[in-house]
Amino acid sequence: MSLTGPAATLLAATVPDVITFVLCAIVVLSGAVGVITSRHAVHAALSLVGTLFGVAVLFIEQHAYFLAAVQVIVYAGAIVVLFLFVIMFLGVDRRENIATEPLKGQRPLALLFVAFSLAGVLALAAAANWVTGAHKVAGSTGAGHHTDTFLLGKSIFTTYLWAFEITAGLLVIAVVGAVVLARRPSRAHDAPEPLVASSAGRDVGGPGAPAASDAPKVTAGTGAGPGAGAATTGRGSPTPTGKVHEPSGVGP
Amino acid sequence: MSIGPAWYLALAAVLFALGGIGVLVRRNVLVMFMCIELMLNAANLSFVTFSRVLGDIGGQSLVFFVLVVAAAEVVVGLGIVVAIFRRRANTTADDLHEMRG
Repeated sequence: MSLTGPAATLLAATVPDVITFVLCAIVVLSGAVGVITSRHAVHAALSLVGTLFGVAVLFIEQHAYFLAAVQVIVYAGAIVVLFLFVIMFLGVDRRENIATEPLKGQRPLALLFVAFSLAGVLALAAAANWVTGAHKVAGSTGAGHHTDTFLLGKSIFTTYLWAFEITAGLLVIAVVGAVVLARRPSRAHDAPEPLVASSAGRDVGGPGAPAASDAPKVTAGTGAGPGAGAATTGRGSPTPTGKVHEPSGVGP
Repeated sequence: MSIGPAWYLALAAVLFALGGIGVLVRRNVLVMFMCIELMLNAANLSFVTFSRVLGDIGGQSLVFFVLVVAAAEVVVGLGIVVAIFRRRANTTADDLHEMRG
């Protein structure tokens, strides 16, 4: 492996590798730009899927087949679905106003800071020949005829066994924490759900309106509205579909 | 012969920078979480590249652990977002000043 220069490695690579890398880079970067610039949270999540798939293909390109599969399954299959679930749960028709910046001059400052950091990192990496260090410390990747899955499993269950056990504990803690966070307090049954009032009032008023005071009006209004309750779920579940653009029960 | 590591590392750096811009600029908590995922993916891409170039399986093992930690982080973070939304009715980071006891 000769680390002469980036252009030399690009010229020495085969044509399918170059095409794959360029296409994946375009997909990854355009997905990332889409996550940043889309004002709809759902569109941001879909752009994130593009980025994750591009990174998975780049994993395959670098012979990390197991990690590519795990990337697709865990990220695109679980994490993005979780994102979409929460977005739908909180209301899909939320359209963020990203044209105005709440802090004056914060965006140019952030762009300047990130650009400076990126230039610094790239300059340092180029000055340091990008990759230096000892080879095959924790185990070889291409030893003999073993697949990367075999080697990864061997590494995890021998070298990093303790970290793997701690990971199991971390997952249990995360599950317990999610359940505790998502659990309603028991006295929330007789109180009107503030989610309906909040989803109706977020586009109209400022954030200062107390949610509990106007909640009964909104639930009563939606229940009496044309075809609101009886068609779907009876009990006014907090999905804000169709009830958001109804400004009658919002103003206190 | 595959493409050299410089291109992969530069791509990972740009991806990390884009994620950082998103975290700094956006106000929606969910989109900020997605940008954190972008940054984690950039780190993962760097790890896999180093693993390939150095012939070391440890980079791929670390990517595995990063995936697990990212999953746990997203679960807890989205639980917090839902819990906040239940009280505050929006997911804008500027309005989250309630943590004063």
